Amino acid sequence: MSSVNTSVRKKDAVALVTGKPVYTGDIAPKDCLIVKLLRSPHAHAEILSIDPSKAEKLPGVVCVLTHKDMPHTRFTLAGQTFPEPSPYDRLILENRVRFVGDPVAIVAAEREEIAQKALKLIRVHYKPLPFNLDPEKALDNPAVVHPEADWKGEAWIQGDPSRNLCASGHEEYGDMAAAEARCAHVVERVYHTLSNQQAMTEPFTAFCQMDCFGRLNVVSSTQIPFHVRRILARALEIPAARIRVSKPRIGGGFGAKQTAVMEMYPAVVTLKTGRPAKLTFTRHECQTCSSPRHEMVIRVRLGADASGVIRFVEMHTLSNTGAFGEHGPTTVGLSGEKSISLYRHLDAFRFDFHVVYTNTMSAGAYRGYGAPQGLFALESAVDELASLLGMDPMALRLANITQEGAFMPSYNHGSTNTSCALDACIRRAAELFAWKDKPSRRVLPNGHIRGKGMALAMQGSGIAGIDVANATVKLDENGYINLMIGATDMGTGCDTILSQIAADCLGVDVECVYVSPVDTDFSPYDCGSYASSTTYVTGMAVVRACQALLTKIQDAGAHMLGCPAQRAVLEGGRVSDDETGKSVSLEEIGKAGAGGALYDLQATGSRMSEISPPPFMAGMAEVDIDPETGEITVPQYVAAVDCGTVINPMLARVQVEGGIVQGIGMALTENVSYAPNGSVRSNSFLQYKIPTRMDVGEIQVAFESSYEQEGPFGAKSIGEIVISTPAPAIANAVFAATGLRFCRLPIRPCDIAMGILQDARK
Amino acid sequence: MNITIHLNGQTLERNILPGTTLFDFLRNEGCMSVKCGCDTANCGLCTVLLEGKSVLSCSVLAARANGKHVRTLEGLQQEAEEFGAYLAGEGGDQCGFCNPGFIMNVIAMCGELKNPTEADVKTYLAGNLCRCTGFASQTRAILRYLKDKEAQRDVQR
Amino acid sequence: MLNIRTYALPQSPEEAWTLNQNRANRIVAGMMWLRLSRRPIATAIDLSALELNGISQTEDAFVIGCMTPLRTLETHDGLNDMTGGAFRDALSHIVGVQFRNTATIGGSIYGRFGFSDPLTLLLALEAQVTLYRAGRMSLEDYSRMPYDRDLLLDIRVPLFSGKVAFQCVRNTQTDFSVLNCAMSRTSNRVLCAIGARPGRAILAPCLNGALADRPVALGKSIAEHIPTGGNMRATAEYRKHLAGVLAERCWAQIGGAE
Repeated sequence: MSSVNTSVRKKDAVALVTGKPVYTGDIAPKDCLIVKLLRSPHAHAEILSIDPSKAEKLPGVVCVLTHKDMPHTRFTLAGQTFPEPSPYDRLILENRVRFVGDPVAIVAAEREEIAQKALKLIRVHYKPLPFNLDPEKALDNPAVVHPEADWKGEAWIQGDPSRNLCASGHEEYGDMAAAEARCAHVVERVYHTLSNQQAMTEPFTAFCQMDCFGRLNVVSSTQIPFHVRRILARALEIPAARIRVSKPRIGGGFGAKQTAVMEMYPAVVTLKTGRPAKLTFTRHECQTCSSPRHEMVIRVRLGADASGVIRFVEMHTLSNTGAFGEHGPTTVGLSGEKSISLYRHLDAFRFDFHVVYTNTMSAGAYRGYGAPQGLFALESAVDELASLLGMDPMALRLANITQEGAFMPSYNHGSTNTSCALDACIRRAAELFAWKDKPSRRVLPNGHIRGKGMALAMQGSGIAGIDVANATVKLDENGYINLMIGATDMGTGCDTILSQIAADCLGVDVECVYVSPVDTDFSPYDCGSYASSTTYVTGMAVVRACQALLTKIQDAGAHMLGCPAQRAVLEGGRVSDDETGKSVSLEEIGKAGAGGALYDLQATGSRMSEISPPPFMAGMAEVDIDPETGEITVPQYVAAVDCGTVINPMLARVQVEGGIVQGIGMALTENVSYAPNGSVRSNSFLQYKIPTRMDVGEIQVAFESSYEQEGPFGAKSIGEIVISTPAPAIANAVFAATGLRFCRLPIRPCDIAMGILQDARK
Repeated sequence: MNITIHLNGQTLERNILPGTTLFDFLRNEGCMSVKCGCDTANCGLCTVLLEGKSVLSCSVLAARANGKHVRTLEGLQQEAEEFGAYLAGEGGDQCGFCNPGFIMNVIAMCGELKNPTEADVKTYLAGNLCRCTGFASQTRAILRYLKDKEAQRDVQR
Repeated sequence: MLNIRTYALPQSPEEAWTLNQNRANRIVAGMMWLRLSRRPIATAIDLSALELNGISQTEDAFVIGCMTPLRTLETHDGLNDMTGGAFRDALSHIVGVQFRNTATIGGSIYGRFGFSDPLTLLLALEAQVTLYRAGRMSLEDYSRMPYDRDLLLDIRVPLFSGKVAFQCVRNTQTDFSVLNCAMSRTSNRVLCAIGARPGRAILAPCLNGALADRPVALGKSIAEHIPTGGNMRATAEYRKHLAGVLAERCWAQIGGAE
């Protein structure tokens, strides 16, 4: 009996498909105060005065809070392990606003309409300041986003707020000049990816209330309950012990909820008033004041010798962190690390970066975390190199990709590739796609042009040497297994996947395992679900906890059977004496442990991995272009993924399909766009277009598994890598079809048609 | 103002503010399956049946539903479980936040279209956004569900 | 929760018209766009009781009540048989079935929105509108009028024997059109309307002259004569190009030079 590598249904499925009230907004007390935020109409301004008195007098308004009521300790909202790499650069409210939508006042009222009305009654006198929206003009721009003296960043991030520099860095290996001297062909190009919204369907939501111990209870749709507690403690200047955070079901996150975007507002209201308070962001707020992907401008140079061996890669990334530095210093690194490391024959590489402040909304974590931007750049450039060399893009990659046992100088400051089936992924994808049989360009009878393109991707599995997860397993008094984790299932199914791991470790049916909800008071510490860590890091904590529990169960069974411990074996839900064949069931052991015998039937396992073994993926896209209108579709997308052992093939497949469609959105339609005054134009689902089911063609998914020794049952990760191949694969396919090289995303019909027209005019 | 709404088979007489949307009304009556995802009538999360037709409850005044029959997933639990088993069997439930609105429209579609093709399904459900699944698992679930239902009908004949 | 003080369900057009003379009051049609406006409404005027929901056929026209949902037009056999499915083509990409089940044709036509797909199609079909006070007028005239406080009662699509085509380009399948084009042809005339320019749809002038020449001049002529603009979805230049392309495609779809 094994449940690992089987397609077990999600444990919460029945509740979800029948629409049960399991989300934050469904379970908030009915008497919650409704919290609303007054937001800045200016991209950059000083608040000269603010008068809440009229709003305060409105019947039903309970409080109106301004910067004068706020604590003075700067903090970051990025959900990262302490000491946080993101700079302490914000206050809950401040007398300076740094982007259109930056909060100016917090209103709490008995009803939403009243809160809404109160917002209009707050009188604010702004002094508009010069502002800058353009990352390429940010460095040393006279519009300084963070002039404050108490800005604080870790020394290693090398930030200088007086220059609008949030962070910078440099990494180099080998002799660049010598490597370049060996090259017959060099490609140099600048690629530009715009910001994208995670667009999870459940908006940011949280509510707070005080409990009988005078502690602040926060219920939030978050990926990072433990980080939220620490962040709130600092922001509110109260001891973390006074805060408890729990998360119900989450309606999607994709990284958006790895930033504590809004818990602080209802929290401060509850602390001030003692009353339950709830805040749900409108979609408009989700689109304009949240934590989208970092816009990046990436200059790539790479060269190959005449035989097609890639000898060097040089990348410079300029990342736009927006008004605040959340995840700024860390996302940028992945743009280099997760792309350069794909290629194994490099004599040298150089990667440096600047992360700059601008007067746009603060960027954050979005699936891929910098890697999709870097991979769009490098995987486009590799295709350009292939065409310079006159080589098939697949052949060029097969000749150069990393492999198991290879040293990766650019990965995690130099590390060995411990598990890799990337070549098998490419071959499998090529077979499903019929890569060799498809011409790179063909014209259909209806005049449409088909083109093919491919791209590779890698990611990590957790953050090496930093991410910590714990898991507790109990044999309960009825013989069932209670699994307690601090990792946060946001729809991906990790509660189920981790149960499968526990079930196999203990030799029981997965139905016998139940998972407790995540609560900082009751769950063992886990940094949270991000950085593709849950299956790999938390999964291993579950393995360790189960191994420890297994011993305890066998000891208890041996005691009950009156045999030496080494003769007791747990199998199929019973502990048996090897010699006599006598056995006791888990239920009997659990019951005995509940009274009459003193058995310790609970164990905790901990995990921190010193490595972050990368999953790998090959993606191949066919595009269909109407050359007159420029309309573009992706009728076929093939992906082959090496995520190590696939714990749940059904759920892994859906991860791949979902990630690819988000990647197609990034490639073709999604773009956080700003008006010249700094307000967001893509401020709704009317204006920010994510793909609909009519926009998606056939997606084929295959798995080619390596075996990762450090992972649970050989598993690595899958959550993030899946978003990265579509943008470069589609751009490469567009090039094959039209000869147009798009270096800026998204690639819209308008751009394609006008590009073709311009080519024709030449 | 006073209105009467027949909600999931129950007749409710309520005094409401004129600006109350059907969405506000339903959530207030405890129909928590009805979700708000966009505020601009784009996402389909708030889909309910009004006189048997799928509508976006965020964009219907409760006053306009006066005297009419409204169904939410709370009133269609058996159908939800039945189709939901197919959805979960493909891993297409995912975060679940779009499930109720999506399933409501699947129910509407099954009532309206006879033997829909895959293209018909995609067109009919285009107004139901989902960010987790990329839609493929949802489509697989629907096609399997329709096929099994058809087979059941054949057996009954 | 919308900001509405009172709700009225008038029992006659006169009553509705009278209520609508107050600038603080608003007619609620499908209500799809109403909620995007932050303006408070004193009295929401619901036309549901006026029996304006439905499509009937007279001797010379289909009469579509202003409260008829877009979905009813989209699935109407009579309208689609007459136009070779142009109503289905023009409506089926609008957001989703749920949206089209409540969005009304009256709301769409009264709004004379730049992005409207039905406005473009109905212009090419020489539709007329009936207003409570101003009476009958051509949709073309109505589409140029400023917003006033008259009551749009119905839209009339003249019975038509000929061919119709509707084409559009969208960045995603259910997004607003980047540009749309409708063309209708009888034995003695061709009409072409271009919408989502992104301004309101207009009829292309001097079409028959261009057609008499040769098809390639059609696209060129349309592109030359149709003013376009740029926005988030596309540039003005692209729209100009697209106007020509879609016009030629419509022309080909309805039989071209045959």
